[in-house]
This record gives sequence, C-alpha cells and structure tokens, in this order.
Amino acid sequence: MKCQQCTKTATFHITELTKGKPQELHLCEEHARQYLTQNEEEPPVAPSLAGVLAHQLAVGQTAEELAKLDQRSCPICGITFYEFRNQGRLGCPYDYVCFKAELEPLIVNIHGETEHVGKHPDKYAEGTEKRTQLIRLRREMREAITEENYERASKLRDEIRTIEEAAAGK
Amino acid sequence: MVDLNQLVHTSGEWLRGSGPESDIVISSRIRLARNLAEFPFISRASQADRTEIESLLRDRVLQIQESGELEYVNVNELKGIDRQFLVERQLISREHAESEGARGVAIDRAEQVSLMINEEDHLRIQVMHSGLDLEAAWKQIDRIDSLIAEQVIFAFHPKLGYLTACPTNVGTGVRVSVMLHLPALVITRQIDKVFRSLQKISLAVRGLYGEGSQAMGDFYQISNQITLGKSEIDLVKQVGDIVPVLIDYERQARDFLVRNSHENLHDKISRAYGILRTAQTISSEETMHLLSSVRMGVNLGLISDLQIPTLNELFIHTQPAHLQKLRGVELDTADRNIERARYLRRHLNKEDGDNSGKN
Repeated sequence: MKCQQCTKTATFHITELTKGKPQELHLCEEHARQYLTQNEEEPPVAPSLAGVLAHQLAVGQTAEELAKLDQRSCPICGITFYEFRNQGRLGCPYDYVCFKAELEPLIVNIHGETEHVGKHPDKYAEGTEKRTQLIRLRREMREAITEENYERASKLRDEIRTIEEAAAGK
Repeated sequence: MVDLNQLVHTSGEWLRGSGPESDIVISSRIRLARNLAEFPFISRASQADRTEIESLLRDRVLQIQESGELEYVNVNELKGIDRQFLVERQLISREHAESEGARGVAIDRAEQVSLMINEEDHLRIQVMHSGLDLEAAWKQIDRIDSLIAEQVIFAFHPKLGYLTACPTNVGTGVRVSVMLHLPALVITRQIDKVFRSLQKISLAVRGLYGEGSQAMGDFYQISNQITLGKSEIDLVKQVGDIVPVLIDYERQARDFLVRNSHENLHDKISRAYGILRTAQTISSEETMHLLSSVRMGVNLGLISDLQIPTLNELFIHTQPAHLQKLRGVELDTADRNIERARYLRRHLNKEDGDNSGKN
C-alpha cells in the first residue's frame, strides 16, 4: 500500500476515532510523523499542589498580606505558612484547624468538596484534639531542654505523662 | 526479618500474571494514608519523634492478625540495592526508599500487603492483587485498617476525615489504582487521547513506579485524583468502572493491528523477540520496551513458545536491583547490561528447546 501523501510505501496505519466514526489513514513514516505531531495538543497537566497554591495566593492578595500570612505559624507544631507553601506538606493535624481559612479554598480546588464522606474510625471523638496537645508539649519540652530550663522541662514531662496515662487507661 | 534473598527468585504478587483480565490488567492496588494523632507529620517530626512513631507502629502493626504473617524490614538499615529491590517489587515507594531516618515496612509472605512506616505519612497501608480485583483488595485493606485503628488513634477530623501531610490526600486518604499494559494504544498513538479524557473525569495517569516516573514498557497506572467528598467504595467504583472501557479500547486497537497491519505487527513482535534472545548488552529501558511487544505477541498468539508468567518474571528479574541480587554481586551499568543480555538469552532460549512447560 502506498502512502496517501507521496509514493513511498505506507508503513503507518492510523485510525482516527474522532467525530463518531473511524477514519483510516495510510502514511509513510515521514508523513505519519508530520500528521501526528501537527495533531498533538499539549496534554493537560493535572493540577499540582504547588500550582494550585501559587495561583490561589496570586488572586486577591497584596504582597503585604501574603508576607503577613507567610509568617503565621501553627501553635502546635510551629510550622509557618511559608514553610507549608514551600514544601507542600503540613506539619501536624492541627494545621487543618489553624490554617483553615487558607486551606479551605485550596481543598475545594483540589477535591471540589469540603466534607469527608466514608469511613470513620470508631475512636476519633475523644482522639485527635486531645492528642495534638502532646505534639505541642513534646516540642516545648525539647525547647526547654535546649535552653537548659530543666525545671520547665520536667513540668512539661509530667503534663505529657498525665495525658499519655489517661489515654492508655481508658 | 524477611530474607530478601528468598524473594529474589519469585516474581511477587503484582506480576504474578493471573486474575481476571490479566492479559491487560496487571494488578489492582489500594493504599490508605494514615497518621497518628499525637505526633507531628513527618516534615516536622524530630529524629526522636520518628523513632518513637516507628517503634509504636511497628509494634501495633505486627500484632494484627492478617491472612499471612507479617514480617518487618528496617528500611533505614538496608543497603541501597536492597531498598531499590523493594521498590522494583512495588513493596515500598521511591520516596520511602530515598528518604532518611527511622522507617520500615511490614510485608506479608504473599507480598499482597505492605505497611510502610514513616513515608510521607506515618503509615501507608497498601494491598495489591494480581489482575482486576479491586473489590477484594478494598475488603482486605478495610479490614487491616480497622484492626490497626483498634490499637492506635489516627488523626481524624469530623468534617475533613483522615488528616494527611499533604492536602491532596485528605478525607479518605485512599488511592485506588490499576496497572494496565496498553501497548496497542501506544502503537496506534491513541494513548494521549485516552489520558486526556481520563484527566477530565479526575483520574490520574502515572508510569510504572508512580508519581513522576516514566511509562516504561507500556505500563500505566490509573488512579483516583480526589480523596475528599466521595466514599472509599465510590472511589473504588470510579476507578473500577473505567477499566472495562480501557480494556475494550486496547482490545479494539489490538484487533485493528492484527487485521490491518498484521505483517508490521508480527514483524515488530518477532524482531523484539529476536533481539531479546540474541543481544549481548541491553539496557533496562530497551528490555522493558521489547518485553512489552513480546508480551502482546504472546497474548495475541503470535508467539507460542512462551508463557505469560515467564515473561512477567523477566520484566522484574531484569530490573537493576533484581539482576544484581540474582547474580549475587553489585555491578555497574555497563556490566549490568551485559548480565541482563546473558540472563535474557539463557531464559528465552532455554524455553525454546524445552517445551516440557517447566520453568
């Protein structure tokens, strides 16, 4: 079989399935390449977290507001919004609470939804919030040790134990 | 501790080559992202936190009673080649292999279940079944997750669901994926079109080893993009429902090639087989590419002296870490290419003269 565009042998046989019915094309290698590259659209890139974030922050925020937002930090794990923005990873479960206003539009952008549907662990009710305090206490204890403030460190350690024991005892 | 050298000689669950529609659907995989409520996520976790998370989860995870006994591999202590080996078998992610600090993975003997500790999230539970088997995989992973949840408290928010280090996983934390072998859609240049339409319905397409990896050997992973606002079952269904459509497209493309381009197709497949049986040095990429053609040739009956399980085993055994572990020494790229060619010659030519079906 000859190429539909020249006299060379057709080695590429292409079926186009657009517009409902199949259309067959028989082309030599050179014309096939031409045909296929001309037809190629850029494949859409799935929205990446970084892209969505950059876009979202560019809309409706002055540089000043953004700088202020960047400095806000989570009282539990200490991560700043700037650090989250940079690495695309949150620092602790409480970030979803303390950065709620910033994360919500981002979450809508990614998922198109704001509410979980599906599996629930049986024990969550008493769980997450009390436990996140442990994250803060452990961090503060480490800081106290670094500052050689051992009195404060041992107080914090007692607080941690109380929560841990209460959790283990139930 | 699992003896990795024992695993070397098998092909693992994902390339077992059995299960429904296994000529096109290689494997079905579901993973759940979970975090402990009382620790920061990995990016803010100190070394001490990570060590504590690891020992706590390791202890709890090994207590659960699952189909097979779980064994624990301390990934932090493994040599690079052994970490790579686990990546090639799809038991840990590349990210998990390449990161640092206390981390590990619990694996069952059948290599269906793997529980990664201290990956992007504290715990990543994965269940993989050969062929198209998403519903059974979901039932299994749901049970494992519930068993672990009896012993720890996962970070959970009444409105947002399971809380994850990256907001792209929040909600169910579930990633449902199927690995498909789509050589005919690649040859007929329809694959990009298919992917564009998948992305429109929020399904992601990735290569063989997940995010950012290339589609080697015409293997593609299709998975859900959204994790919030749909139940796990719905997400399983969303991915599961599209698979028959893709299988159908691939079969149509194969039929078309057989009918309209039989000589070209047969030629391509025979040449691929010929190169694999005679090459003296060959890269991993070329091997994957050629094995892909041969695999389709076997499925279409154009090659009759080769079985799919043997072929699947070659896909995995010719990967860099497997090859070196089978040979028992570490080799540089050039030596690996020679060893790979030798391995292929030995296994593909042996079958030719020996049709007893043993292998």
